[in-house]
Amino acid sequence: MTTTTLAGIDVELNDEGFLVEPSQWTEAMAVDLARKEGIDPLTDEHWKVVHFMRSEYLAKGSGPSVRVLGKTSGVTIKELYQLFPKGPAKTAAKIAGIPKPKGCI
Amino acid sequence: MNEPIEKVSIIISKGSLEGVYPGLIMANGARAEGIEANLFFTFFGMEAILKNRQSHIKVATVGNPGLHMASVVGALPGMSALATHMMEQKMDKLDIPSIPEFVEMISDTGCGIYACQASVDLFGLKKDGFIEQVQDIITVGEFYAKAAGGEIIFT
Repeated sequence: MTTTTLAGIDVELNDEGFLVEPSQWTEAMAVDLARKEGIDPLTDEHWKVVHFMRSEYLAKGSGPSVRVLGKTSGVTIKELYQLFPKGPAKTAAKIAGIPKPKGCI
Repeated sequence: MNEPIEKVSIIISKGSLEGVYPGLIMANGARAEGIEANLFFTFFGMEAILKNRQSHIKVATVGNPGLHMASVVGALPGMSALATHMMEQKMDKLDIPSIPEFVEMISDTGCGIYACQASVDLFGLKKDGFIEQVQDIITVGEFYAKAAGGEIIFT
């Protein structure tokens, strides 16, 4: 666990870099989190996925796995991996300030 | 903290449902973690990448003690089809994709998909028998070159 400053606010990140307290998240933080993941700038397509991940988490208690993301976000698996080369569900979840989605598929 | 795994090359050598899925799940899971991945299909594993075979892969019901079904029962006509059907229904409820859909999805994640040259020769196969996601037919030496610097998993 580390404490760091994102968009001017002190937050705690877990060992994998995920926000410990999702409620602290702001859109400005997403830009900082994305930069840490090597994504700069965040395009509209990136934001579409990030917003989708966050709204799924708030509605269902967990972000979607890659497969569900590909089927329901309106962005294809190919595009998702182009936007987030290091794993779309994992990276978009981190940028969206939600916990890493569980699930094997 | 341990060094994260950066690349994994997975060999699929078996042609049963339960012989194919673990490798596919490992490959998909690797890509979801941002790990570079390759899939190498050899021997009966090639059933999963052949156009006319990949929708017909069955659960082995003979000599499969993990299934908790006596082989004499498993050998009866229709048992393999029944076990496969039941397994596929459960997988569908869990949103686990079918083998053709799964291989296509894994290819879309940027995983390398390769067939084994020696097995292609052995079974007298042709390139056009494979699904379009197969990038190349390679030798074991070429596989080792592609796997270099990463982990190798044999299934």
